[in-house]
Amino acid sequence: MSSLTDTASTVSEPAAASRHDRHRALRRASSIALCILAWHLASTFRIDLGIVTFQNVPPPLEVVAAARELIESGTLLSHLTASLSRVLGGYTGAAAVGVALGLLIGRSRGVEDALLPPLELLRPIPAVAWIPLAILMFPSSELSMVFITFTGALFPILLATIHGVESVDSRLIASARSLGARRHAVFIEVVLPAAAPGIFTGLSIGMGTAWFCLVTAEMIAGQFGIGYYTWASYTIQNYPDIVVGMLLIGLLGMGSSAAIRKLGSALMPWQALEAKKT
Amino acid sequence: MRPAPHSPPAVAGRIDIRNLSIRLGQGRQAFEAVQNVSLGIEPGEFVCLLGPSGCGKSTLLGTLAGHLQPGSGDIRVDALPVEGPHPERGLVFQHHTLFPWLKVVDNVAFGMKMRGIGRQERSREAQRLLDRVGLSEFRHHYPSQLSGGMQQRVEIARVLINQPKVMLMDEPFGALDAQTRMMMQQLLLDIWESIRTTIVFITHDIDEALFLADRIIVMSPRPGRIIEQIAVEFARPRRAELITTDGFTRLKHRCLELLHPKSNHPLPRLSPLGTVP
Repeated sequence: MSSLTDTASTVSEPAAASRHDRHRALRRASSIALCILAWHLASTFRIDLGIVTFQNVPPPLEVVAAARELIESGTLLSHLTASLSRVLGGYTGAAAVGVALGLLIGRSRGVEDALLPPLELLRPIPAVAWIPLAILMFPSSELSMVFITFTGALFPILLATIHGVESVDSRLIASARSLGARRHAVFIEVVLPAAAPGIFTGLSIGMGTAWFCLVTAEMIAGQFGIGYYTWASYTIQNYPDIVVGMLLIGLLGMGSSAAIRKLGSALMPWQALEAKKT
Repeated sequence: MRPAPHSPPAVAGRIDIRNLSIRLGQGRQAFEAVQNVSLGIEPGEFVCLLGPSGCGKSTLLGTLAGHLQPGSGDIRVDALPVEGPHPERGLVFQHHTLFPWLKVVDNVAFGMKMRGIGRQERSREAQRLLDRVGLSEFRHHYPSQLSGGMQQRVEIARVLINQPKVMLMDEPFGALDAQTRMMMQQLLLDIWESIRTTIVFITHDIDEALFLADRIIVMSPRPGRIIEQIAVEFARPRRAELITTDGFTRLKHRCLELLHPKSNHPLPRLSPLGTVP
């Protein structure tokens, strides 16, 4: 049986590959360095282009100093824990509700008809537009911010899950049934793992929108948190702090999306293999 | 039918199809895919359904598997009417129906897991079948790490673990290159000669049908009807040299005449699950 050897995987030379990787890392790092340099020049020379002006933009060095000050003042931790716990609460809720509803809607026409129309009506409303009503609906501003985060993350997760379930290859389900799987087993053993990559795409997009919505909610209703810090810095004209807040939001968003992707690839080892093949 | 001398004749796996018609599609798009087919298949017989693309042979197979409802007529396996899919009627598709998230050994063991059999026994039996198809060293690979031919061998092992009375195969080697296909045909015959399950094998490749089958059922373009049954009486075990013999060529000519298309419009492919593959 000569086809035992035809696994068809070409392994490139490791040395060349790692050199290639180093070059890429270098190029990507210098891209960031160039951006900072441009920012430095634009803000130090107070460039005014007419439609946009850098006259009030703090230069990078001032931002670094402000960041150090924030760390030394000890308030950073309370801002971080406030934001992180809100995101965690809203996002976890959205993930649980979104995935559960998505699975039900994707699998059952009846549930789809019962639940999808109102959800479709609510979907186009941006989470930010919920803020006034959320403040009226919830006893504490804390809960209303968690709700905004929840709403923001819910729809991408829900829609990705529905789509993931509906696009499961019908031949996989047929194969499972011919192998003796009943309705429940088809769901657990086939639909769930087949839809998992789609669900994780939704979870990762949802993480992005969760941060987006949280920061907006904090700017309006918060007393602590990174969004609040950023907006408060503007109102008290502490301009370098604005940029510190922005960068923190960026870092947190990036980090949590990366965590979701890590979790995804840990749970779905077969995905990486398929990606490598193409 | 001539059972191989070293294996006991099969007792289960008789198929009886009477006046079967199958309609596919809905409303105005509905059409008759299979028309008034009557066919009896003996236990342990290897039957090939041969016909042009879209002639309804896959539809017939899907109905046998229990994934499609017969419009009218009667379809029975061992005197019991077919009502939905069953592990005793194993189904092998053309390609890409292994579960991509399961390692090879777990794909093969899937049927036993559905029967509630414990992990140890499952992997022991899966291992035995992987040995049988020559893939035991690949048990911890994922399907995407295997070539097309190897994936089809896993498919066969995955169906065999349920000890099916009937194996339904929908152009299982159709996506493979010629050389791998020959090897797979040989492997399938070797397996079949030792377990003697009934096989209904769909193909549009005349050589393949002649090499494998005890009997070839030739179907017409849509709506699919049986236009001819050809007994293929070459001695078994069969080897690749068979396809160069005069007897083989004679039968091949006969098949070619039967399949000669009257029009040049190929029909869209049908699948065992209905109109859309």
